[in-house]
Amino acid sequence: MKRADDFQERRQHLKDLTDEQLEAKFWQLAEQIVEPMVDMAKKHTSPSIERSVLLRMGFSSMEARAIVEGVMDRGLMGKGAGNVVYKLAIKKGMTTREAGLQLAEGNLWDEAMETFQGGAK
Amino acid sequence: MELKPNEKLDIKNLLEGLENYTPKRRGWTWRKKEENQQIGPFTFNDCSTPLKNSVPLPSAKYFNDIDPQPASVITTEVASGRFEDDIRRMRMAAWHGADHIMVIRTAGQSHFDGLIEGTPQGIGGIPITRKQVRAQRKALDLIEEEVGRPINYHSYISGVAGPEIAVMFAEEGVNGAHQDPQYNVLYRNINMIRSFVDAAEAKKAMVWADIAQIDGAHNANATAREAWKVMPELMVQHALNSTYSVKVGMKKENICLSTVPPTAPPAPCMALDLPYAVALRDVFKEYRMRAQMNTKYMESSTREATVTHVLNLLISKLTRADIQSTITPDEGRNVPWHIYNMEAIDTAKQALVGMDSLMEMIQLKDEGALRDKARELKERAVLFMEEVLEVGGYFNAVEEGFFVDSGYYPERNGDGIARKMDQGIGVGTVFERDEDYMAPVTAHFGYNNVAQYDESAVNEPAKLIGGSTLENPEKIIYIDELDETDNVNVRMEETKELRETSLMKPEVEWMGDGYVMLNLFLPASKRVAEFAAIELGKKMGLEDVEVIHKEIMHPSEGTRIELKGRVAFTIDTAALVIPPEPEVMTEDEVRAEIEKQPMKIVAGTVGEDEHSVGLREIIDIKHGGIEKYGIECHYLGTSVQLEKLVDAAIELNADAILASTIISHDDIHYKNMKKIHELCIEKGVRDKLMIACGGTQVTPEIAVQQGVDAGFGRGTKGIHVATFLVKRRSEMQNEN
Repeated sequence: MKRADDFQERRQHLKDLTDEQLEAKFWQLAEQIVEPMVDMAKKHTSPSIERSVLLRMGFSSMEARAIVEGVMDRGLMGKGAGNVVYKLAIKKGMTTREAGLQLAEGNLWDEAMETFQGGAK
Repeated sequence: MELKPNEKLDIKNLLEGLENYTPKRRGWTWRKKEENQQIGPFTFNDCSTPLKNSVPLPSAKYFNDIDPQPASVITTEVASGRFEDDIRRMRMAAWHGADHIMVIRTAGQSHFDGLIEGTPQGIGGIPITRKQVRAQRKALDLIEEEVGRPINYHSYISGVAGPEIAVMFAEEGVNGAHQDPQYNVLYRNINMIRSFVDAAEAKKAMVWADIAQIDGAHNANATAREAWKVMPELMVQHALNSTYSVKVGMKKENICLSTVPPTAPPAPCMALDLPYAVALRDVFKEYRMRAQMNTKYMESSTREATVTHVLNLLISKLTRADIQSTITPDEGRNVPWHIYNMEAIDTAKQALVGMDSLMEMIQLKDEGALRDKARELKERAVLFMEEVLEVGGYFNAVEEGFFVDSGYYPERNGDGIARKMDQGIGVGTVFERDEDYMAPVTAHFGYNNVAQYDESAVNEPAKLIGGSTLENPEKIIYIDELDETDNVNVRMEETKELRETSLMKPEVEWMGDGYVMLNLFLPASKRVAEFAAIELGKKMGLEDVEVIHKEIMHPSEGTRIELKGRVAFTIDTAALVIPPEPEVMTEDEVRAEIEKQPMKIVAGTVGEDEHSVGLREIIDIKHGGIEKYGIECHYLGTSVQLEKLVDAAIELNADAILASTIISHDDIHYKNMKKIHELCIEKGVRDKLMIACGGTQVTPEIAVQQGVDAGFGRGTKGIHVATFLVKRRSEMQNEN
């Protein structure tokens, strides 16, 4: 879009504001723009977020990559990759590290699926 | 491992035991400003504590070698692509006064979906890997002990692997990072939904580790066709990332705005840049300012870049800069060289120290053009955000090309960077969290159903697994190397000779790169000079000759050229004949000798030369000159005829002649020395008289070749001359 500089017309509702009022308006607008995006972030996840969870659980970057790929392939991202590992560990009586390594090597995925009823919401 | 100033940092040793290394501390450190600080003969009001070990500015020797440190954190950027060589540069930078080391990432890393491991070589930066980060943080842990000031280590949390990099940084004690999802969207074409979702998680990890954040707004300056027109948008970009970060839990004092004065001379830059700087600092009072220097209009002239940067520093001083970034003046011609990092740091240090206490004497006007322009910018920024909301929010605004439009908003030129919500790298990789979504770790952002497993772990999700890596660093899985051919061990082996023997090569960024730079003037037009210069370089035996700067002195009379090329040979430092540094007696020893046997000298600046300062420094008692030790001095002044000097020495029955020779055109200084020597022989007094000659262009060895007894160059002090006089007199008496 092309538009000439119509600042003088547009600013009519701002011109009588004090500096403080103008700055308050600035911040209020910023909040209004950002809020829905923050809400979206709270409710969503991504492969990188899930890999970062696995890193914090004590997996290497390569192990985390393999596990998250498995989680994505099986439609379990909504559960959280860390959750998949954690729940499997409980079920199998393993440590989370042991359970995660099994998954990273391609094992125990069927059991992981079962613990989440195949990924049902 | 401890560093010693007289020993090189042993990189091989540094890499030992990395697998078990944990950082000494976490979090960002600001400098502490000390008002009314007495440093040497001066009082400083805007400086921080001096360092334990440092390299002061070149002129410091006239001021008792003081090295005042400004109150702003000073940044330097390293980007050679080899982390092992960057470490040596970091150490040099810390000594010059940098306490924020920003490590640039290799080209393309922002599109790498995951962490990179090992130590592959990078392009224009290093691949940011755990091993490289850990090694550099470990080096800085040692270097900060050596200089006596905490050093902030910094890199980038952007791209499609933001959360993983942020977690790795938190684990490894990184202190500062760039994090701004808008940067991914606009400049890296990463899907905007993914970018913002990832950003929240990344920022949360930064909050845990107390990492200071720098945003990415300055890139709009560098990208927009007319950088000064995007000022309203820049304020919007700063606001969005800052507000987003606060909502994730980041404290405002850790949120730093990356701000650049948008223009440079020959634009009237102060008139444009200062109102913008004021507007920004008004609106963002509670946030920190990271003042970056202008790169948009940088050409290959390092002189021109330096002047622009000093003007940028003036803006920092007139307003506020919590972090003063530096841009190497050679950025317009190559990946920065070691020496230019030091130049850039020194430029900032020199300008800021020079402007100490300035704001106690002047202030910006409260009304007039400055405030009017600042107000206008704020209003334009508010209008920008109003329209973002009108079109349905940020994502829609990006789709409609609101950002990096070269129009001065609300003017629009239709050349903004437009991205689509359903396009870009990583599109379709954002997943909604189910009701039973859970992540059993610390510093995780957003919905997390921990209660399904343990109500008591809701505020401490990592309790479910007995603590995450953030609580238990021993849980971190460290990968050493993945690539057998591309790693630090291979590179170190290739340069082993240079690292472990006395062989040496010049370098600009990598050990043994062999680059040298030649500065020349050729009496020819630009094009002819360029090609002639390349030929010259080749004839001098240089390889890979390249002209890196050319500047017209006159269209036909001549061109200035800067040339780089590589030398193919090494020098063996063990085979060099290096004369020992001159011996210096203690003041008491000299005084005792003069008391035992008085001494008389005549002195003057010879030839048609009116310089008097140097010689007065050597003689005058108030400058610590030789009078101080009881030597009787007869100063004859400037432009003294050689014969008159010799005659005066004879008449006064002096022990020595001290001749100052500053002007060196056509080697007149050396010719005069020879003449003095010959006159003394003619008059039959040479064996009784000592002759010492000094000046800024005097090389001691060459002076002695002229027949005089000693030559003194730049940096000479009274005690050096006094030592010589006492020792030489004693030698002469023994000879007789």
